[in-house]
Amino acid sequence: MASVANNLMKFFRGSSSGSGQSPSSHATGHKLTRRSSGMGELSRTLSSSEPLCVLDLGATSPNNIRYFTERGHKCYSEDVLLASVDPSLVTKDDEGNQVLDEKRFLAENLVYPAAHFDLVFCWNLADYMDESLVKPVVARLWSVLKPGGMLLAFFHTKDAGADAPCYRYHIVNQDALEMQHIVAHPEAGRRPGSTARETGAKANFRLQRVFNNRHIENLFRDFASIKFFLARDNVREVLVVR
Amino acid sequence: MEIPKTPDHARGEMANIGKSVVIKGELSGSEDLYIDGQVEGSIELKGNRLMVGPNGRVKANVNARSASIQGKMEGNIRASDRVDLKQTAVVTGDIATQRISIEDGAYFRGGVDIQKEAPLQGSKPESKVEAKPAPAAAGATSSSGPSTSAPSPALEPRK
Repeated sequence: MASVANNLMKFFRGSSSGSGQSPSSHATGHKLTRRSSGMGELSRTLSSSEPLCVLDLGATSPNNIRYFTERGHKCYSEDVLLASVDPSLVTKDDEGNQVLDEKRFLAENLVYPAAHFDLVFCWNLADYMDESLVKPVVARLWSVLKPGGMLLAFFHTKDAGADAPCYRYHIVNQDALEMQHIVAHPEAGRRPGSTARETGAKANFRLQRVFNNRHIENLFRDFASIKFFLARDNVREVLVVR
Repeated sequence: MEIPKTPDHARGEMANIGKSVVIKGELSGSEDLYIDGQVEGSIELKGNRLMVGPNGRVKANVNARSASIQGKMEGNIRASDRVDLKQTAVVTGDIATQRISIEDGAYFRGGVDIQKEAPLQGSKPESKVEAKPAPAAAGATSSSGPSTSAPSPALEPRK
């Protein structure tokens, strides 16, 4: 009964557990599956016999690593959202306001050679990352993608509130994803030597904003093409090509 | 959370670096090695196993037959057979091996290159152009669901 109520709550909040997917296993409690049109498009590329270089920007997913490497591709895993909540990134600007050190963030994360990747999986990174880092990260992703390389990102279509659950996405098959609710670990993003005990990241990652179509087009304006897939679960899947 | 421990009998025939030991430099050998302390430098075990215990802190490039990580590891791993990242593992670096298993809850940041044949001993995995600073400290991936200690299916070499 509690799980039914929980799912209904998520549905009405417009979270990603709505009508676009069915609960895959109540036994695991926190995993849901959904169909992904964007993933379906990328599957054609992933089934290529040519070895690809794939970047997964979500939390470490054994499923995804297996999915990519089974197909002969080389994959990289980097949890950029987690890195973005590192409290040591917080600094002050000229006016004394607290801001994130964007230069340091980019010096320590997403450090790859130019035009290195064929595919990048952003998942819902942009919705949950601090606003000041979103554009610089997208610019960096543009540079590490090969010309013709593709990027898949998910965006909320409705404001589901700051507490809208943040999911990590496990690839199940060519057009299905399993979603697992993630919360930041109490030690999230902390580096050795960091003295700040409380990171403020013990709670869920928080939904920062909702991008509309125009925002998304602006965000990826340096890319060659952009394609939208509107899912029934209030998620807009975006596939962009460099 | 209970930290999985390696059974004593499994370590019986292994060289053992205890958790109070700190080693800096080049470490090589022709027997299996269990590290529960701190090692910084390089580790060359060729045809043998490396195990990093839950207290282990390793900052080194590793060349071994297999590697099983429970603690923190920063550096490239080249294993001719397999690599296992346990639930408590925090690994930053590139991995080149034939098979890999990653338990749910492990943190991994880097590249995975699954190779058909045993990697050439002594050659280094492809590394990123720019060096990265120290890794994020903690168990980074956590989920609200119960973490399972059962290992994920091993990633078999590509056909």
